[in-house]
Amino acid sequence: MTTRMEPGGERPAIRFDRVGQVFTSSDGSRVTALEDVSFTLRRHEFVAVIGPSGCGKSTLLRIIAGLVRPTDGQAEIYGLPVTGPREEVGIVFQQPTLLPWLKVRDNITFPMKHKHGRVTAAEKERADQLLEMVGLGDFAHKRPDELSGGMQQRVGIARALLHDPDILLMDEPFSALDALTRDEMSFELLRIWTERPKTVLFITHSIPEALLLADRILVMSARPGRVREIIDVGLARPRSMQTLSEPRFHDIANHIRAQVFRPGALA
Amino acid sequence: MTSPTTSAPRSSAPAPWPERHRRLYGALDRGAPLLAALALLLIWELACRLLAVPSYLLPTPSAIALSAVQVPLDSWLTHTWATLRVSLQGYALAVLIGIPLAVALANSRLLSRTLYPQLVIIQSTPIVAVAPIIVVVLGAGDAPRVVITFLITFFPIVVSTVTGLQATPPAMLELSRSLGASRLRAVRDIQLPFAVPYIFSALRISVTLAIIGAVVAEFVAAENGLGFFIAFSTSFFKVPQAFAALVVLVSLSLALFQLVSLTQRLVFPWSLPKTEK
Repeated sequence: MTTRMEPGGERPAIRFDRVGQVFTSSDGSRVTALEDVSFTLRRHEFVAVIGPSGCGKSTLLRIIAGLVRPTDGQAEIYGLPVTGPREEVGIVFQQPTLLPWLKVRDNITFPMKHKHGRVTAAEKERADQLLEMVGLGDFAHKRPDELSGGMQQRVGIARALLHDPDILLMDEPFSALDALTRDEMSFELLRIWTERPKTVLFITHSIPEALLLADRILVMSARPGRVREIIDVGLARPRSMQTLSEPRFHDIANHIRAQVFRPGALA
Repeated sequence: MTSPTTSAPRSSAPAPWPERHRRLYGALDRGAPLLAALALLLIWELACRLLAVPSYLLPTPSAIALSAVQVPLDSWLTHTWATLRVSLQGYALAVLIGIPLAVALANSRLLSRTLYPQLVIIQSTPIVAVAPIIVVVLGAGDAPRVVITFLITFFPIVVSTVTGLQATPPAMLELSRSLGASRLRAVRDIQLPFAVPYIFSALRISVTLAIIGAVVAEFVAAENGLGFFIAFSTSFFKVPQAFAALVVLVSLSLALFQLVSLTQRLVFPWSLPKTEK
């Protein structure tokens, strides 16, 4: 597929070893965003992170992305400590974060342009394929503001997939979308993930979304963010609308709700 | 119960106008700004004549037009070019210094902490009061006038560009960092384009300030230029002539303002608000 070395078979894709993150704000006060967070993600596993606002979910993602250095412990990708942004990681943000002056296709190839100063013909072709894959084949030459919110977020996903990253980090990617588009995008993401397996870390506020997508769910507690529980979803794949009505779906959903909303959890 | 009331307005809606009326209305609507301006001129003319206002206090529009024609074209061109030349040089200097300075300020906490207060001090200094000093220091020629124009125009450019650069969505900069791109590339590919709408709103304001700057400078020391011409005309009580020069100045300002807007429309159409596209 690529010339990149295939990662060692047994090594976890992502490993957090007692990671802590303390932010010091400009007035000197210290906020503990994460405390003693440990978990591992197997290669090509889909893991959702769920927890109340301000539990450090985004910080967790930023640490894996190499954008934030943890103040305690260590984060590893394929056994190597994360010291900065890595090639094999793609990020999808909460907002589509497209550049309004670029056409849709140029937005998808923007990472290459931005990093290397040029875009190869092969990359352009790949951008077109990705556009087809996310159902926007006819929109390559439109500007982002001519697209709906859901379409823009698809472009954001296609952009993250351009260099075929082995690890996909998604920070509440569908939270700005309406409920119907959200469901549609979830199934779309599952289809893409089945076609091209990847290790996905998916941050969300939505329990049904996490259940529909993930193999395992990391439930976090409020500030300081700690791992409260890691749940094996165990729902059969491929998942569909029927999955939503399975008894197990509701059992786990209720269980997570009880975890997240248990007394003191929202403090 | 509600159905009769909801259908009532529809049945009482005015019948469509005949084509002829609608076209007349459209023409009136389009011409409204021009008609209003003409009406104002007419009121001005009539008021001056009826109240017998002496022309050295407030000349009538017709007297201004007459005096404009009496000044040789050659003389108009010389003065206009002198003012335009100084304005554009000062403006260009403000853009060339202001935008890179803004990039530096937006990206360095140290620079913004040390330089910004000084910029505010410069902006708070009444440039008109400093102008005579600048003339003494820089002597004859365009130099002092260009510097005065620069000092008046560059602050809005710096402030607005900094605001624009800082308005870049943080996630966009995180994307850049996650790609491992250099700071310089982040500025060029992301921050500056995001600042374009802000930069152009500053460029529009500053281009009219540039004319003001040149005129102020010409009041202090000049041998030609429209500012000099106004000062010269009024000292001889040729008030209609001064008004004529004022009309030229306003036209110049408007033309430059439109030119900047047009440039934005042609080069950066995506940066315009949706309603203006």
